[in-house]
Amino acid sequence: MFKFFHKLASPPHFYELSEKMIPWFLFPAVLLIGYGTYMGLFVAPPDVRQGDSFRIIYIHVPGAYLSMMAYSTMAISAGIGLIWRMKLAHAVAAAAAPVGAWFTFIALVTGAIWGKPMWGTFWEWTDPRMMSELLMLFLYFGYMSLRAAIDDVGKADKASAVLALVGAVNLPVIHYSVEWFNSLHQGQTILADDGPAMGMDQLAPLLVNILGFSILFGALVLRRVRTEVLYRERHKRWVKKMVLAGNA
Amino acid sequence: MSQPAAPLPAISKAVIAVVKRDLLLAWKRPGDVLNPLIFFLMVITLFPLAMGPSTAEMQFYAPGALWVAALLATLLSLNSLFLSDFEDGSLEQMLVSPVPLSALALGKAWGHWLTTGLPLVIVSPLVAASFQMSLSVTGVLMLTLTLGTISLSQLGAVGAALTVGLNRGTSLLSLLILPMAMPMLIFGARTVSLVAAGDGIGGGVYFLAAFAVLMMTISPFATAAALRISNE
Repeated sequence: MFKFFHKLASPPHFYELSEKMIPWFLFPAVLLIGYGTYMGLFVAPPDVRQGDSFRIIYIHVPGAYLSMMAYSTMAISAGIGLIWRMKLAHAVAAAAAPVGAWFTFIALVTGAIWGKPMWGTFWEWTDPRMMSELLMLFLYFGYMSLRAAIDDVGKADKASAVLALVGAVNLPVIHYSVEWFNSLHQGQTILADDGPAMGMDQLAPLLVNILGFSILFGALVLRRVRTEVLYRERHKRWVKKMVLAGNA
Repeated sequence: MSQPAAPLPAISKAVIAVVKRDLLLAWKRPGDVLNPLIFFLMVITLFPLAMGPSTAEMQFYAPGALWVAALLATLLSLNSLFLSDFEDGSLEQMLVSPVPLSALALGKAWGHWLTTGLPLVIVSPLVAASFQMSLSVTGVLMLTLTLGTISLSQLGAVGAALTVGLNRGTSLLSLLILPMAMPMLIFGARTVSLVAAGDGIGGGVYFLAAFAVLMMTISPFATAAALRISNE
């Protein structure tokens, strides 16, 4: 088991393995998202109160979920990279940040589109979850601009890892402090105390999409890590050999 | 890296020495203390000009305005926290010192608070009076500002350590610190407004105190790690 991880951390091995792994992520993701979105948009019954407007949750909720999962992926891999000095983990953290920022953006935009017919406004400054997501986006921006400002890759890795960890400690504090404002966001639906408030025929496509988005996230991060690895190892012999052989 | 650990009295002596040194430096370069303070007053001045000078309106936005101004003034001063140490080489001496770097980082953060946070707290009653805040509201304002600026100095030390020696330091530092500073702003400004509206102090002050303690506990270690990385 340990040997497997050790081998995985070696860049040439990872580069080779990830090429085979990506299709295993990408195809299930496309299938699941396709199925979930089709079922959500066309088959699931309209909501009693919200009508067809509710269907945006099939993109909105996975996006919001992934924005948080990407941040924890980033912080955990940054921590692993900092503690065990694993370069590949730093590459994963660097790759997860822009993907996470995009999912956060998707969650914000779909939320705003949904908010217009439901709340009568695109943007509600006092809603805690919108504010949390917006601040999350700012945290991603901070992380990415710190990386961009440091030229040395190794230094950028470690500095941004410290920032990611400090951000991870602060994230719950930020979340609960914006919750202190009065909320008009609708209450939790999936994990409501007395079982899901949605019918199973509405919930199932959502769960399928969340799973599909998560796997898609895996595929996107893998793809980006491959590019990162290639860039970081550009002076190494294995990269030159591969490029000359025309396999890159 | 493996040096004999310094005994506790030596550590506290070193922390006090760092704080004293920063106070002395501030005394010799009064601009470092005055600039953020003047900036604070200028930002405050913007609000009545932009939002309208009627007393009712002013009392409504004054707590928020004061807090935003304090936050911006603190951010402005953070950039120079490690800069002169970085330039004259004393930062490197701190890195090789047998005293734990985190202890020295704690001293630096306290030095920053004493030279920027504390002056802000001291001037704030003056500004509060100009917004016609009552005495009890002013007291709450000073209390929240004290706790909030302590957290800001601690949190900001991490950002300053991460960006020291970088070209685009100032704008980057604000980008890193502002999202994490929101909780202080929310609780600080809201508590003052609530008290001004006749409510009790409530949990906001407890939250600010807890956050200050959390920041004092974590940030010296993060600052030390960041300083090591920045000086590789």
